[in-house]
Amino acid sequence: MLSVHIQDQINRELKKYPVDQKQSAVMSALRFVQDEKGWISTEDMSDVASFLGMPQMAVYEVATFYHMYNLKPMGKTTLTVCTNLSCTLCGVEDTVAYLKTKLGIGFGEVTPDGKYGMREGECMGACKDAPVLTINNKKLCGRLTHDKIDQILAELDKS
Amino acid sequence: MINIEIDGKLVETAKGSTVMDAAHKAGVYIPHFCYHKKLSISANCRMCLVEVEKAPKPLPACATPAAEGMKVHTHSEMAAKAQKGVMEFLLINHPLDCPICDQGGECQLQDVAMGYGGGASRYTEEKRVVSPKQIGELISTNEMSRCIQCTRCVRFGQEIAGVMELGMANRSEFSQIMSFVNSSVDSELSGNMIDLCPVGALTSKPFRYTARSWELSRRKSVSPHDSLGSNLAVHVKDSKVLRVVPVENEQVNECWISDKDRFSYEGLNSAERLTRPMIKQDNKWIEVDWPAALEYVANGLSQITRSAGANQIAALATPTSTFEELYLLQKLMRAIGSDNVDYRLRQSDFSADGMRAGSPWLGMSVASLNSCDRFLVIGSFLRKDHPLIAQRIRQAVKSGAQFNFVHSSDDELLMAVANKEIVAPDQLVSVLEQILKALAIEKKVVAPVDVASTTTGRVAIDIAKNLASGKQVGIFLGNFAQQHPQAVRLAYLAEQIAILSTGKVGYFGEGANSVGAHLAGAVPFSGKHSGLNATAMLESPRKAYLLLNVEPELDMHNPQLAMRAMKSADMVVCLSAFKHQGLDYADVMLPIAPFTETSGTFINTEGRAQSFKGATKPLGEARPAWKVLRVLANVLDLPGFEFDSSESVRDEGLDLSSIAERLDNHLPLMKFSAVTPVLGMQRVADVPIYATDAVVRRATALQKTNDAAAPFVMITSVDMHKLGLQPGDAVKVTQGSACVELSVRQSEQLAAGTVRLAAGIAETAMLGAMFGTIELTTVHSTKQPEHARQVAGSNVERT
Repeated sequence: MLSVHIQDQINRELKKYPVDQKQSAVMSALRFVQDEKGWISTEDMSDVASFLGMPQMAVYEVATFYHMYNLKPMGKTTLTVCTNLSCTLCGVEDTVAYLKTKLGIGFGEVTPDGKYGMREGECMGACKDAPVLTINNKKLCGRLTHDKIDQILAELDKS
Repeated sequence: MINIEIDGKLVETAKGSTVMDAAHKAGVYIPHFCYHKKLSISANCRMCLVEVEKAPKPLPACATPAAEGMKVHTHSEMAAKAQKGVMEFLLINHPLDCPICDQGGECQLQDVAMGYGGGASRYTEEKRVVSPKQIGELISTNEMSRCIQCTRCVRFGQEIAGVMELGMANRSEFSQIMSFVNSSVDSELSGNMIDLCPVGALTSKPFRYTARSWELSRRKSVSPHDSLGSNLAVHVKDSKVLRVVPVENEQVNECWISDKDRFSYEGLNSAERLTRPMIKQDNKWIEVDWPAALEYVANGLSQITRSAGANQIAALATPTSTFEELYLLQKLMRAIGSDNVDYRLRQSDFSADGMRAGSPWLGMSVASLNSCDRFLVIGSFLRKDHPLIAQRIRQAVKSGAQFNFVHSSDDELLMAVANKEIVAPDQLVSVLEQILKALAIEKKVVAPVDVASTTTGRVAIDIAKNLASGKQVGIFLGNFAQQHPQAVRLAYLAEQIAILSTGKVGYFGEGANSVGAHLAGAVPFSGKHSGLNATAMLESPRKAYLLLNVEPELDMHNPQLAMRAMKSADMVVCLSAFKHQGLDYADVMLPIAPFTETSGTFINTEGRAQSFKGATKPLGEARPAWKVLRVLANVLDLPGFEFDSSESVRDEGLDLSSIAERLDNHLPLMKFSAVTPVLGMQRVADVPIYATDAVVRRATALQKTNDAAAPFVMITSVDMHKLGLQPGDAVKVTQGSACVELSVRQSEQLAAGTVRLAAGIAETAMLGAMFGTIELTTVHSTKQPEHARQVAGSNVERT
């Protein structure tokens, strides 16, 4: 079942669209689920489908099409590192290697304590700050150096 | 209209049509995969690229609107190069396993690659592999790697079947066709996806690896499974039917057939086929030759006629029998001197017998369903009973028509429903009276029926207003309304509603030949005399019964009553293609040919007579039933049975040009008494889609689908609470003298006080009528140990 909070959020989103176009809210609905649970299970997809009155498969199509939806548990904080051209030219390989040693996990993995997950991302449109990563798809961090990464992780550890 | 030029040919095409449409009109073939005339345009395969003058690059013909003066070249250097390039891309990930592919020989990709592709591939890298998915018993996805992502199957689900069960998950080279978490594809039209698939990615599970397409001979036939009369191509190898596919007929089935039409052929090859005539002697079945069997039947019938009168002989036939069979059956019966012949096996209200000037029918052509703008469907399990008629209505609703529904079960119809009233069966009459009253008020006329005392409900008023605002209104009575104990009253009210809303009233026929059977005279009131109808000939049991294709425990309105009559009869003659329960009570079993092994005619619900030839020879010693009945009449020395072909039978019984005049839904002015409400729980019985006739009941793959799953007793949560039941509990269902234990399920699709329990299946065959009261008592409930003991006791008695 979708939590009351998620349902409230979806209902607010639905006001933006015509009454007979409820499926327009599917991407937001999936995002709300991920914000609360960290990932989207197939049960969640089927709940979203019945909430919006659309076929389950149509929700599944959307959820699997977009890269930023986590389709498996990804830890409390998910770091997504861009590995596209600009970031690669600016040394993202070193960033990734450093993150791997710090966290002990590779792409698509979660730390044993469930705190961190790491994913490989596509261009985030902030190439002037390359290399970049995002925290939970919400906060963008750029110009990554070892120090900057230590600082980011220290802050995340505190919260 | 727009004038455009394709490959130098001038074509006139409608405004808004595409280059592809125009090419079809001009008779120019443009290669394509994702384009299908009945589906929306997706333009994703890019195979139909053509050169358009003044356009800088090749354009997809399927998605390019035709414009005045446009000049299109489909074979120019630019077009050919584009097509060849697309073909190379499509083949990159396509396995070249044609020699072991089921689609080989009838594959669009294979054909187009031959015509438009290069001779060899430059691609040497690894090919993509897609894992197979489980999507049910009918469609195999074992070779999903062959998929070229045309999405025809996805669009078919969304647009034609009305439910999106397949989708394209993931993206780019990882995209795959799949169902949601490997759920099964349950649409009653799903098999069409196999035809639509231009490659061998979706193949028929029952047919897989049984034959190559070029080994099969294709014979045209007509579906015996529902009243639409879908046109079929029966594919035969070594006298065995190996598959069935649609033959396009825009007026009837368009280019679709239902899964029932497609996969029921497995029943024809069932081990239960009756292949030799059999006679029961000293309670043992012995196989005999035809002359002996027919002699035996003739002697029996003559003896009973002499000793008890011909009126003691009765004949029952299913409406899946051909016109010729039904005509000869009634002719034989009337020649013996009995009018006791009927095909309306599941009906229970015969009070309009002889009042109509012709046979009840759809009231319009099937194709004109698409142009109705208002529908009122009364008492129908629409999708399951009439899959393709439902599909036509779905298309009409999509293009703006409004659909109103009055029924006892709120089944998912996969279309937008404007208004619906779901009530217990005994309330249906009242709902129609309410609609009639509201409609009379709306139209400011006096209601033709006394409805002064009726209080109109909100939904009835909404339905009336909806109908009143329509230009082409169709009022239809489904199987449920026809089987209803007050069927005539429902029909009468429906006709009055149709008159007030200046629409047409019609019936969705119950069987493939419901109209044909009526026109053949397989009803007791044809001519001057009137015999006993299907219920009356069981209520006052006869000494002899002739059963044509009938399995009384499954095909009758009240199987309990039917079985009692069969068991008490002196002689029961089964003309059947299968060995069935008749082995218990019959005296003679005569093997007859099912529809693929005989020639014949079906007259569908719109009155369209469609004759077909046998697709293969009869199995074993089975013979076409028209021949059996003719020879039986000859043995009985009856005059007028000198037929040498089924065509001569048809021509005697049917004037093809006068069918239209013999169709009539009109009921004369009638008076009805007050409705007596039913006390207690009421049964709502559907005949599950794969239990409707003898052939489909034996189709193994269909019997494994969810639609053929073991039956449940369904009641509302209110009744569940009242009876102290939990979903999944066992309940004892009692009707008449028998009871059966089944598991109960909760359903909010029903009206309170009703019990939905399927008929036409072995699990409920011992119960009584499809309508009326039914008793539920709890079993295995810890709260009522005393009751549970009683039930256990009665079980012991039964066994």
